[in-house]
Amino acid sequence: MAKVLMKGNEAIGEAAIRAGCLNYFAYPITPQSEVAEYLAKRLPEAGGTFVQGESEVAVGYMIFGAAACGERVMTTSSSPGVSLMSEAISYIAGARCPAVFVNIMRGGPGLGGILPSQGDYFQATKGGGHGDYHMLVMAPDGVQEAVEMTMQAFPLAEKYRGPVMIMGDGMIGQMMEPVEFPEDLYVPPTNKDEWATNGMDTRKSDTKNIVKSLYLDPTVLNDHNLLLKSQYDRMKEEEVRFENYNTDGDYQALIVSYGTMSRVCKTAIDEMKAQGLEIGMVRPKTLFPFPEKAIHDAASKPGCKVVVSIEMSMGQMVEDVERVVKGKTPVQWYGQCGGEVPTPQKVMEHIQSLLNS
Amino acid sequence: MGKTFSKPEALSDAHTHYCPGCTHGIAHRLVAEVIDELGIRGRTVGIAPVGCAVMAYNYFSCDFQEAAHGRAPAMATGMKRVRPDLMVFTYQGDGDLASIGMGEIIHAANRGEKFTTIFINNAIYGMTGGQMAPTTMPGQRATTAPMGRDVEKTGMPIRMCELLSSLATPGYVERQTLLKPKYINKAKKAIKKAFEYQEANKCFSFVELVSTCPTNWGMTPQDALKWAEETLLPYYPLGEFKSPE
Repeated sequence: MAKVLMKGNEAIGEAAIRAGCLNYFAYPITPQSEVAEYLAKRLPEAGGTFVQGESEVAVGYMIFGAAACGERVMTTSSSPGVSLMSEAISYIAGARCPAVFVNIMRGGPGLGGILPSQGDYFQATKGGGHGDYHMLVMAPDGVQEAVEMTMQAFPLAEKYRGPVMIMGDGMIGQMMEPVEFPEDLYVPPTNKDEWATNGMDTRKSDTKNIVKSLYLDPTVLNDHNLLLKSQYDRMKEEEVRFENYNTDGDYQALIVSYGTMSRVCKTAIDEMKAQGLEIGMVRPKTLFPFPEKAIHDAASKPGCKVVVSIEMSMGQMVEDVERVVKGKTPVQWYGQCGGEVPTPQKVMEHIQSLLNS
Repeated sequence: MGKTFSKPEALSDAHTHYCPGCTHGIAHRLVAEVIDELGIRGRTVGIAPVGCAVMAYNYFSCDFQEAAHGRAPAMATGMKRVRPDLMVFTYQGDGDLASIGMGEIIHAANRGEKFTTIFINNAIYGMTGGQMAPTTMPGQRATTAPMGRDVEKTGMPIRMCELLSSLATPGYVERQTLLKPKYINKAKKAIKKAFEYQEANKCFSFVELVSTCPTNWGMTPQDALKWAEETLLPYYPLGEFKSPE
């Protein structure tokens, strides 16, 4: 299929349809409202369902109700909206329903701003809602990868029977890039008759299905949490994704960066290389599961003096980087938030000053 | 002599955890009878609330989802929109529906979602142990209103049927009660009508059932029935408030 020029938000909407998701519920919030606007027009054409909920709280439960029927379902939002959805995400994780959430991050805390940010790293990877759960979190670095990850998110949500999140930012949502929609990423939905509340007649069964997250017996609840943990452990085995950049040779410093920030860092790395300074980078494509070994190994390479987690936040992913580098190499944070994306120049100046100090 | 009375097929064999004298059992049975009579058990999905009926999924023999506090109408919306062929009902108490879930119920009703809500109003929080609900009567004691509900500080009890019937979107809204057999027959008719409107894809349907909570009211079941009739029914009048016809 030929490439088309599309805005990130619209491309995510189209990718959901191409992935076989015809059910979308959302509440407007900048900078992702174009997804809802696109799908409000496109889904009826495709024979799908669009509902504008009264709040992100309600949308979270519309997603839950639809997912509990075994249907592919997605919502998109931005940071403050995802906070409101976090209650439902906890219930969906507890009740083991597949669903796809997209967060086109904006600056926080509170209302913050409407420009790109990566301030929701903790929220996405460490919970957000209550209880012991995780989401599989994927972070695209552009519109093409946002399309691919959105298409991959549905089968992954079904494989692990839980919520999957795409973590974009305002830049990825708003910018236009040429994209294609790879047909081979379409995976037919799994059969969900074993657990879904799709009506006994639908599955020709006399046994009812119950979708719930309540387990009053402490032993049973502990077992339930162990079952959830086994899914997260399996994700760590099977779903870790990352990209190494300029790490084949020696390098004096290693950058860890994801999403929009990683593209700026690539430009800075290319520029420094032209000036004779070798800097490597590991770009996590999955934030949970985190590419622990890849970062540890790259940070342990002889000659690497420092690891810098560069983020559009005040230092969130850096905690995971420190955790996985395990003291092998000093770990630092550099970043900026509030909506201004650090320029390649600023990244270069920071790396150079670190190495000269 | 043939069998003249039996448990509805839509009820399971499980023993309920409800207190003696509680009217949840009657309400469950009426809903189950309607499901049986309409022959829809195989395509019905119920949604349990948070509150005393949180484990309703154990007591019915159809598919069930369990919602977060107050969110059942949003879940029902999601379900009904992606599977319009399913018959969907929420079963919610007054703390769940009229307090934390007020936003969800009003908007679902106003969108005209084609599901049915059974609303159990016993003027108190049951499961959490007798706290004040939005439906608690003026002067009625609750653990969070130990001197009785002070309407100067907490406002007057909310009447859901009156509120929902003020919406311009067509819908079916009726209030009945479970205090006496004569009322129970009318309640059953209302529940059946509600499911029939849903089956006809006509409108949102809402049946409020004025109920009792002897345990948290601190009364015998008999006194509770009497108190409800004398105190609740004058404030929560019975009848059909809105119909799509």
